[in-house]
Amino acid sequence: MVLLQIAEPGQSDAPHERRLAVGIDLGTTNSLVATVRSGLAVVLNDELGRSLLPSVVRYTSDGCATGYEAQTYQASDPRNTICSVKRFMGRGLHDIAHRESLPYKFEDAPGMVRINTAAGIKTPVEVSADVLHALRARAEAALGGELVGAVITVPAYFDDAQRQATKDAAKLAGINVLRLLNEPTAAAIAYGLDNGSEGVFAVYDLGGGTFDISILKLSRGVFEVLSTGGDSALGGDDFDQRIFCWILEAAKLKPLSHEDSRLLLNRAREGKEYLTFHGVAPITARLSSGEVVDLKLTTEIFTEITRTLVAKTMQAVRKALRDAGLATDEVKGVIMVGGATRMPQIQRAVGEFFKQEPLNNLDPDKVVALGAAKQANLLAGNRTGDDWLLLDVIPLSLGLEMMGGLVEKIVPRNSTIPIARAQDFTTFRDGQTALAVHVVQGEREIVSDCRSLACFELRGIPPMVAGAARIRVTFQVDADGLLSVSAREQSSGVEASVVVKPSYGLSDDEIASMLKGSLEHSRDDAFRRALKEAQVEAQRLIEAVQSALKSDGELLSTEERVRVETAIAALQAAALAENRRQITVTMDALDAETKAFAARRMDKNIRRALAGRSIDELAGEDQS
Amino acid sequence: MAVTLTERAAKHVSKYIDKRGRGIGLRLGVRTSGCSGMAYKLEFADDVAADDIQFESHGVRVLIDPKSLPYLDGTELDYAREGLNEGFKFNNPNVKDACGCGESFNV
Repeated sequence: MVLLQIAEPGQSDAPHERRLAVGIDLGTTNSLVATVRSGLAVVLNDELGRSLLPSVVRYTSDGCATGYEAQTYQASDPRNTICSVKRFMGRGLHDIAHRESLPYKFEDAPGMVRINTAAGIKTPVEVSADVLHALRARAEAALGGELVGAVITVPAYFDDAQRQATKDAAKLAGINVLRLLNEPTAAAIAYGLDNGSEGVFAVYDLGGGTFDISILKLSRGVFEVLSTGGDSALGGDDFDQRIFCWILEAAKLKPLSHEDSRLLLNRAREGKEYLTFHGVAPITARLSSGEVVDLKLTTEIFTEITRTLVAKTMQAVRKALRDAGLATDEVKGVIMVGGATRMPQIQRAVGEFFKQEPLNNLDPDKVVALGAAKQANLLAGNRTGDDWLLLDVIPLSLGLEMMGGLVEKIVPRNSTIPIARAQDFTTFRDGQTALAVHVVQGEREIVSDCRSLACFELRGIPPMVAGAARIRVTFQVDADGLLSVSAREQSSGVEASVVVKPSYGLSDDEIASMLKGSLEHSRDDAFRRALKEAQVEAQRLIEAVQSALKSDGELLSTEERVRVETAIAALQAAALAENRRQITVTMDALDAETKAFAARRMDKNIRRALAGRSIDELAGEDQS
Repeated sequence: MAVTLTERAAKHVSKYIDKRGRGIGLRLGVRTSGCSGMAYKLEFADDVAADDIQFESHGVRVLIDPKSLPYLDGTELDYAREGLNEGFKFNNPNVKDACGCGESFNV
């Protein structure tokens, strides 16, 4: 028996044609699935009424268990019980922080790290797929039918590789991805539309393993992400880790087994949660050695040992605001997302910074899933009457390598997606028939300081003089943030393209240091850019003169020719010496030396053009 | 002639209308379609049509067009939970047979 939901006026679905769609918050620590029922977004609970599914999978020789069932084995079977796998998505082994303190048997592999379990070698994509599979089963039981698709949320900082890995995991779990949505944007959907708000909002999202800050502008139903920032390796888990370290120190414990470490980490997490509503948390545990831990963690100690973590988040908040060009008093509200934002010291720090109470009226654990459900409902074609558009941004600029190792930015950082940008380029040398297109990501002016994303060649350009070919390079970033680049020579139509799927992505530290680098080195970069440009210009001039000498060398006397060649040699030396002023001076000198030569070549070309034509013909042309 | 809501159904309808922020009640009806002849219509109502027949049940206004009413007379709309699934259910005495899934029916 099908149970019906209330539709919008005139929009009852025909039987068997209801389009079931869900929003999935695939979290580091916990995951949720939500849907829209009778116009209202709700989180779907499991049989026991629990909304969260711990993002934990335990592998045994005869299969796998997920969620709470898997979590109970964290202490007894840590090696086969994989948690916080989101941190490994699209990551290589060397990208993983604290890997020596993790209980897993990692295997290095090209592209993504792998984990050796009792059920064989698993990639993070497969582990995530098992979590998604459990959510899909829950959703299909709750909705009484097959899903047409899901919106899955990802941290705003996820790069191409991480997004692609998430999509692959969904595919493996048999879920059609309607769209990947940035988590803070999903939170804003949950809040913004329900409350009909307008203005600039900050989304402070401290989850289990990631921190995101986003500055959003909501106006007349349009969401625009003004800037994003954060730290993809900072979350509630790190607060647990700090308490764990404090326990080790306070109880003077020797190095522990994995089982004991896991036990104490659980005690640390319980203590943290207890402190949200109490001033002192008791921390007691009996270790496998028989040793007993009995400590009292006060709010003051907790605040003190996590001060640097909180400060780190506030630093990212400041930067995101600066990127958006806004002052704190221009922010109308602060949306709190993620269970970790329940910690009183976080609430206090955010409140003090923005000089206002953060918004808390939706459950911070559920808000992302609820927003994703609304988006999924819309994308599945179940219109609710509210027309709204969603705009997201790219976190780092995308560009091309130019002659001399310079970066030409095509899509600037914080551009809204989906986006397509095209720019025309030309050939550098006479008769050039191929062009290498090197796609880079980053804020710096020099290629070697940015991250290389992809490289391809456009071949078959018809031979032409330098600068005559017109090559249009188009960058396209789709709604999921995935990039494709194509190049097309306009006159011949030859084309080449690439979809950027890097083997693995940028680590957060890399993004952070690249952003920081662009600020610190901006003057340095400008200087180097000017130098490189001068060098490229010098090279172009030298080639032009040499080509002229080859074709029309007979127009010069031997003495003149020697002078021109001396000037060329001087310019070549100056270009190598990396002295911009010297390059400019010697370029002017070569220019002056070849003036007469240029005039004579011009005369010769005109004579050649006129040769063999009568005065009458020319006069006739004049009259026509 | 009457169509009613169970108290549980009425509670849910009121909550949904409240969260939706607008709407005067619930519109029920039947349409010819589906694998077994007819299908139910269950929608929010934003306004009343001239020939609508109105009922009131547990504080919820129910609107039905006159053509649909004969097929729905005596129906009680319930809100049910089956395992993880939950939603509205038509307990309609006029139904002779329904398709396996219950989404469409015959009178």
